[in-house]
Amino acid sequence: MSALKIKRGTSSKSAYNLRPNFDRTHERHTLAVLVANEPGVLARVIGLFSGRGYNIESLTVAEVDHEGHTSRITVVTSGTPQIIEQIKAQLGRIVSVYDVHDLTVEGPSVERELALFKVEGDGEKRVEALRLADVFRANVVDSTLDTFTFEVVGSSEKIDAFADLMRPLGLSEMVRTGVAALARG
Amino acid sequence: MAQSMTGAKMVVQALKDQGVDTVFGYPGGAVLPIYDEIFQQNDIRHFLVRHEQGAVHAAEGYARSTGKPGVVLVTSGPGATNAVTGLTDALMDSIPIVVLTGQVPTFMIGSDAFQEADTVGITRPCTKHNWLVKETDKLSSTLHEAFHVATSGRPGPVLIDIPKDVQFASGEYSSPRALKSHYQPKVKGDIDAITSLVELIETAKKPIFYTGGGVINSGPAASQLLRELVGATGFPITSTLMGLGSYPASGENWVGMLGMHGLYEANLAMHDCDLMINIGARFDDRITGRLDAFSPGSAKAHIDIDPSSINKVIHVDIPIIGDVGHVLEDLLKVWKSRGRKTDASAIKDWWSQINEWKKIRCLDYTPSQKTIKPQHALERLEALTKDHDRYITTEVGQHQMWAAQYLGFEDPNRWMTSGGLGTMGYGFPASVGVQVAHPDALVINVAGEASWLMNMQELGTAVQYRLPVKQFILNNERLGMVRQWQELLHGERYSHSWSEALPDFVKLAEAFGCKGIMVSDPADLDDAIMEMINYDGPVLFDCLVEKHENCFPMIPSGKAHNEMLLGEAETQGVIDAGGSVLV
Repeated sequence: MSALKIKRGTSSKSAYNLRPNFDRTHERHTLAVLVANEPGVLARVIGLFSGRGYNIESLTVAEVDHEGHTSRITVVTSGTPQIIEQIKAQLGRIVSVYDVHDLTVEGPSVERELALFKVEGDGEKRVEALRLADVFRANVVDSTLDTFTFEVVGSSEKIDAFADLMRPLGLSEMVRTGVAALARG
Repeated sequence: MAQSMTGAKMVVQALKDQGVDTVFGYPGGAVLPIYDEIFQQNDIRHFLVRHEQGAVHAAEGYARSTGKPGVVLVTSGPGATNAVTGLTDALMDSIPIVVLTGQVPTFMIGSDAFQEADTVGITRPCTKHNWLVKETDKLSSTLHEAFHVATSGRPGPVLIDIPKDVQFASGEYSSPRALKSHYQPKVKGDIDAITSLVELIETAKKPIFYTGGGVINSGPAASQLLRELVGATGFPITSTLMGLGSYPASGENWVGMLGMHGLYEANLAMHDCDLMINIGARFDDRITGRLDAFSPGSAKAHIDIDPSSINKVIHVDIPIIGDVGHVLEDLLKVWKSRGRKTDASAIKDWWSQINEWKKIRCLDYTPSQKTIKPQHALERLEALTKDHDRYITTEVGQHQMWAAQYLGFEDPNRWMTSGGLGTMGYGFPASVGVQVAHPDALVINVAGEASWLMNMQELGTAVQYRLPVKQFILNNERLGMVRQWQELLHGERYSHSWSEALPDFVKLAEAFGCKGIMVSDPADLDDAIMEMINYDGPVLFDCLVEKHENCFPMIPSGKAHNEMLLGEAETQGVIDAGGSVLV
């Protein structure tokens, strides 16, 4: 390498947004994948992750453009920088994938997740659950004499924190949508 | 002007409009309407194979030897599942093929109907893309899109699953010109990146071109540009198994194939170079050996049409994403406009180093008067056939590596072998496909007896269509490469690596109505090969060779390029525990 005096890992004039960094640290990235809304497209994306041994931490998918038959998949994944670059390149070559954006590196973005929590209890625990829900700006979307169902919207960390608090107060069931994310601005 | 026709007719019409004249296939219940249309026309020739795997490999041979997509037509269920090995093979080696499968009618899908399989589900990971067409109106555009996807960007296999009711129903046919595809891979390389590479070419002292199948996939123009670039710079060039022929073996800058069974001089040049220019290759593990010791002192440039090939296993300094032909054209233009500079005196020293390595004569082997050495058989085959209009296919194993080492390829598209997947049973059906595409050429499948038996049923196809393919079987009554690894890795315990109960190949040939030749004496070899060449028809050539010959040179698993084994004396205990888990 030294003989040609070019710095490892950079090609000064390269136009490609590659991060050719063989760092071993694991990073968490949120990818937005725009795909043709056609049968099997989700299986292609998921099959890529399972077939090549990549991680999926969360995945959401829905049609976003009915006219243009386009769906948007938000996938949260983790890996070394090299693996993250591979994941993006591999996603990009699926024929029904139109575009791949790495929201983690392409500037600031907002991430939100929605979760529903069913909490069972009575007496002071029931009151405490309601009080904490208020702190978290959770909505009560259903209640019975011995359960509340809360709806929480926020970052994954906020939802984790709310779940931790509800557990001793009688959390019996929960469901979360996975991350939806958009670039800011 | 849209035209109404049945789905089955659309298939045939779309094939014609795509310029297809040859289809390899096998009929069955779910494709009968398409076969009925094929029966009623003469523009497309259909070749009936004896097994669907053979159809796909034949289409691969056709595609690899012509540059055109190969087309396969098979039925639902077992027809489709039998095609899976061929699809995977074509995906690994980037061969453009279009496979049409029948499917049970749409209203029966999901009911576990007779010969129903989830074909698009099964083939999703082994195709570049696939489609299940549920409406006849969408069939023609899907067929055109399939050809576009198979042949654009990095080529690969595609599959269209067509339910039987869609074949019977009528719909609007649209012509290929009406196709609007989202799929438009980038073919032009970034000019700044190309300029960065030119700067390195101008100053490199120990450069090497490392070329692969991408040069051949890019088309004959890419091979021409490569030859011009290599000639003008004077740099040495090596190639992967898949890239043989893009630069001529007789060319003065050729240092031979690299990799696990590549030439000593090619691997050492890769290890010691200061500039590696990878053109259409993918740093496969057969090439790199131990990754952390792979060419430690070089700057690396990588030209590839597939962005996912960049930095997949080897970090490169200059990635250039684009089609080889387009990039080489721009590269030559930039290099010429900057004054065609190289460090000529350093290149001269580099060549004297390479010529020193060549003196090792790594392909030398111990000759024998008593038995036919496989290397000798291939040297004689080369000598007696190189002046012919010749195409070579191979099966997988020792014979494949020897063929790559001892045969010389002067042009692209002349060498068809299963590189990525390593599919035993590839070579015979592939030779059938090549012969179909080149009826007057000499088509030879260099085989081992074990691989050859895996798709021997295609002898029926060869005889039926009078395809004069020559099956050059190096018969050592062993699964030679398995046996070699057992010798090196598993204490010479030869677990299930011999060929028991082999047929009499001469009688087998005669039973199918073709010619069999058996030879075991080195003195008879030339005459036997000439008899094979001169026979007008398929020949099964049973060449009994030395049984325990090992294939050298060899980079053992887990070792680096500069740790090659050159011969038997060096083989004991060379693979450590870390290497033995590698394949």
